Amino acid sequence: MERIPILRMGDLLLVTIQVDMHDRLAMTLQDDLTERIVRDNAKGVLIDISALDLVDSFIGRMISNTAAMARVLDAQTVVVGMQPAVAITLVELGLTLTGVKTALNVEKGMTLLGKSLRR
Amino acid sequence: MSTATDYAVRFETHLLERLARQRVERLSLRLRGDEDVVGLRKHVRERAVAIGLSLVDQTKLITAASELARNTIKYGGGGAAYLDKLTDGLREGVGIVFVDSGPGIVDLTLALRDGYTTGGGLGLGLGGSKRLVDEFEIDTRPGEGTAIAVVKWKR
Repeated sequence: MERIPILRMGDLLLVTIQVDMHDRLAMTLQDDLTERIVRDNAKGVLIDISALDLVDSFIGRMISNTAAMARVLDAQTVVVGMQPAVAITLVELGLTLTGVKTALNVEKGMTLLGKSLRR
Repeated sequence: MSTATDYAVRFETHLLERLARQRVERLSLRLRGDEDVVGLRKHVRERAVAIGLSLVDQTKLITAASELARNTIKYGGGGAAYLDKLTDGLREGVGIVFVDSGPGIVDLTLALRDGYTTGGGLGLGLGGSKRLVDEFEIDTRPGEGTAIAVVKWKR
């Protein structure tokens, strides 16, 4: 089955979404990430969506849900690299990704995660 | 992806010929499963790029198409999308008509309201899509089906 790879770096999990995801693939990623947070004892999740040229309500919901599940499992999520056109569309569509931390790029996302993990 | 011709949508709607005079080309696409939504997004992007829609307008149109295609599959039990290249002499545009022969939308006002859903989604699909396009028209009859036509014109 098609899957999006999840990389581990210390207590962080990194995901770069580089394909146009169909709905089942998005759900699989959500399940895989949740499982890996527990299995790897991860404290942070960084999702890079810089290659995504579309975030519709389904993918948006997947991102929100993943962040919420991670939080319940004591991990922080940061979504990085959203393209400006995607951000404009997302807000006009009515999705605000409430409760999801964002950063402009991977580096800033890592810094943000580092800060909140050192608390 | 196969074309819509091998998948007959029984719902007869005037929306299919709404912009017949402005239509230059039509591509029929089947909408049955997840992969068809991805395929449609790809075709819509190609058309949008071909007429020179701005990146923001491309993204808006593709996102609206993705929402509406998912509705066609999830609520309409599958159907077809007709992807049109349009021109009114002055400007070019991309039109898409989604058709299904599902149960229809009983309360349209309610269905267009943000946050209303009968399917456990976020309830942003219809109202949200409407905000993302220049023209949006619905033809739905309970027990017969639903058709939604959208257009994005090049500015």
